Amino acid sequence: MNRLTSVSELNRLHKDTAAKRGPEKPTITICQGTGCKAYASQEVYKSLEKEIASRGLTEKIGLRGTGCHGFCEQGPMVVIFPEEICYCRVKPEDISEIIEKTVLEKKVIDRLLFKDPVNGERISRESDIPFYKYQNRLIFGKNRLIDPQDIQDYIAIDGYKVMANILAESTPEEVLEQVKKANLRGRGGAGFPAGIKWETTRNAPGNEKCVIVNADEGDPGAYMDRSLLEGNPHLILEGLIIGAYAIGAEEGIIFLRQEYPLALENINLAIKQAQEYGLLGKDILGTGFNFDVRIKRSAGAFVTGESSALVTAIEGNAGEPRPKHLNTAISGVWGRPSNINNVETWANVPVIMDKGVDWYKSIGSKNNPGTKVFSLVGKVNNTGLIEVPLGTPLKTIIYDIGGGIKDGKKFKAVQTGGPSGGCIPEQYLDMPVDFDQLNQIGSMMGSGGMIVMDETSCMVDVARYFMKFLKEESCGKCTSCREGIHMMFNILEAITEGKGHDEDLKLLEDLAWTTENTSLCALGKTASNPVLSTLKYFREEYEAHIKDKRCPAGICRELITYAIDQDKCNGCGRCQKLCSHEAIEGKKKSPLSINTDICTRCGVCLEVCRFSALVVQ
Amino acid sequence: MEQKTTEKIIKKYNCDRHEVLEMLLDIQEKEKYLPRETLDYVSERLDMQPAKLYHLATFYEALSLKPAGRCQVNVCTGTACHVRGAVKILDELEYQLGIKPGEVTSDYNFGLKTVNCVGACALGPLVLVNGEYQGDMTAHKVEKIIKENTDHEDEERKQA
Repeated sequence: MNRLTSVSELNRLHKDTAAKRGPEKPTITICQGTGCKAYASQEVYKSLEKEIASRGLTEKIGLRGTGCHGFCEQGPMVVIFPEEICYCRVKPEDISEIIEKTVLEKKVIDRLLFKDPVNGERISRESDIPFYKYQNRLIFGKNRLIDPQDIQDYIAIDGYKVMANILAESTPEEVLEQVKKANLRGRGGAGFPAGIKWETTRNAPGNEKCVIVNADEGDPGAYMDRSLLEGNPHLILEGLIIGAYAIGAEEGIIFLRQEYPLALENINLAIKQAQEYGLLGKDILGTGFNFDVRIKRSAGAFVTGESSALVTAIEGNAGEPRPKHLNTAISGVWGRPSNINNVETWANVPVIMDKGVDWYKSIGSKNNPGTKVFSLVGKVNNTGLIEVPLGTPLKTIIYDIGGGIKDGKKFKAVQTGGPSGGCIPEQYLDMPVDFDQLNQIGSMMGSGGMIVMDETSCMVDVARYFMKFLKEESCGKCTSCREGIHMMFNILEAITEGKGHDEDLKLLEDLAWTTENTSLCALGKTASNPVLSTLKYFREEYEAHIKDKRCPAGICRELITYAIDQDKCNGCGRCQKLCSHEAIEGKKKSPLSINTDICTRCGVCLEVCRFSALVVQ
Repeated sequence: MEQKTTEKIIKKYNCDRHEVLEMLLDIQEKEKYLPRETLDYVSERLDMQPAKLYHLATFYEALSLKPAGRCQVNVCTGTACHVRGAVKILDELEYQLGIKPGEVTSDYNFGLKTVNCVGACALGPLVLVNGEYQGDMTAHKVEKIIKENTDHEDEERKQA
């Protein structure tokens, strides 16, 4: 491929690549995101390739390995265009039938269609599946249309067009003004307006400026940035180039978590291809604008997602945050003004610049324009990545998109915002989800994790879990964070072991206050949210652990015992065979019993019993 | 690690101190840990105090000073996996392998680690066996993983 040297050359390429794809050409797409890959989607891809070739259909049928579609739980997902027929959990042995029946004879194979867990109905079109129907996938939707490893695919769907037009026709000030007017709020957690950040860096003294993609996605339970990087890396690059132009930066850095090998591969490839096509480098498309990007890997520390710690990590040091009077937008990596935004924020930029500020502001709620990608996971029927307008009620997300709670259990809470967030109880199900509303009730947006919990989730255990996480991830610089979190963890652990005292709750609140008010960075400042929110909304559960030495959810091991319901057990012996502690006693074919002195409550018997004979007391 | 290989990695990053983390990650990727002599060599070449390198090696999760097991089992303990029962899986692995997270069995067959969310939450709870994702894990599938990944030839040799 020759380097593109002008906007008109890029436009010509748009036309050529789009014509080659042909909207009516039967095309089979298969998700090659990490989620589907774990379900062997690569093998399915290979079978498709082989089957198409052996039937001599290579010219007639398109085949495309795409990025994540979001509905990871149903993977591997195969979608057949133009009819948009969606097959779930496809296996290599289904391929021949799919080609024969669906692609050639245009018939739908019922058993491969998605089955709605709520009413058992089979649904054939991808966009009719409730999981997708209630979404508005502005950012994430293109994942399913392109092969992320092929820049021509992105160009065919008008990729880099917005950027090219901006470089050729708009001034940096105009772009900045648009982003400010659109009130694009940072999708990484706090929701700080991106336009204001950009302006600070633009106006900061110094000629060498830097734009950074924060792809150090560390919130446990959130993986939208990973899927965007894997599924549509050029969208992020396009946003970054537009941002660099507005800010006046010639250097870009993508700070990427090393635990994401596929994301690293795809973004690396995307940068290389963009450089070859002349979309990165010197004199981009003959407009005179120079900009290039490189990748720095994060070696794995939660705190390096914080902007000042991120800067220290890029410089090759242990990622400890700096005092806040040193603004990274003014003095960032190697002292240069550095604008840091997360992956999803950058991905929003081309969309805003393409469709316009008014359109963008018509989506979302007051002061919270646009959409947000959430990872809807935990005890919910349909799990995966979803994108909805900000301000969508929690109920719509959990019940309409998520299909309600798994196994007909009762909703208890939803945890948002990762370790900095809180647990939201049932009474707020009607609440519209946006940055401001979440802050108001003691949680936060974070990067968009939404972990749904049911009656079998213990809230004290959840608080303990987050304190354990943060205790390990606190960099240790501030005493209040290092010791405060440690103390909160010790107290919570004692409570879950039945060794709690009445005065513990007051002590927890005191420690939470101190940690919040005397720590340097957001990790410490928000660390107490999981404790405070569970204390606020689920105090009675704490009291049950402390006063009655009882775990109502049946999770805290020291406070529960397992038993076998003698009426339900038929003595099949499955649990007995699998119990590695030999705690199950009795003879086969007659009801068994558990020796509670040996039993470690590991839960294997509960998992394998087909007759629901195991009881947790 | 051979000095030649280390030198190659250092040169790849132009012997630039700011790139030390990238170098350590490359070494970790190749050797599965940071051998002492390699760290000494890097420290000499970059003119950095060994203490600084050990600070980095112990600060970051991805870097390790201990050799890894032949079969590395990483249990995801992200929130989504936690609420779906990751603890039970971890406990079962600890019990069956007789080691704690961060340790390696005495025959170096298995290493056990916990990781904070690998971003495949919809498949939770999950473990990574030598980097391969195994979703929808249960405690009773643990035995199978161990059986499948035990070096049988090694076992036979030992018995002989």
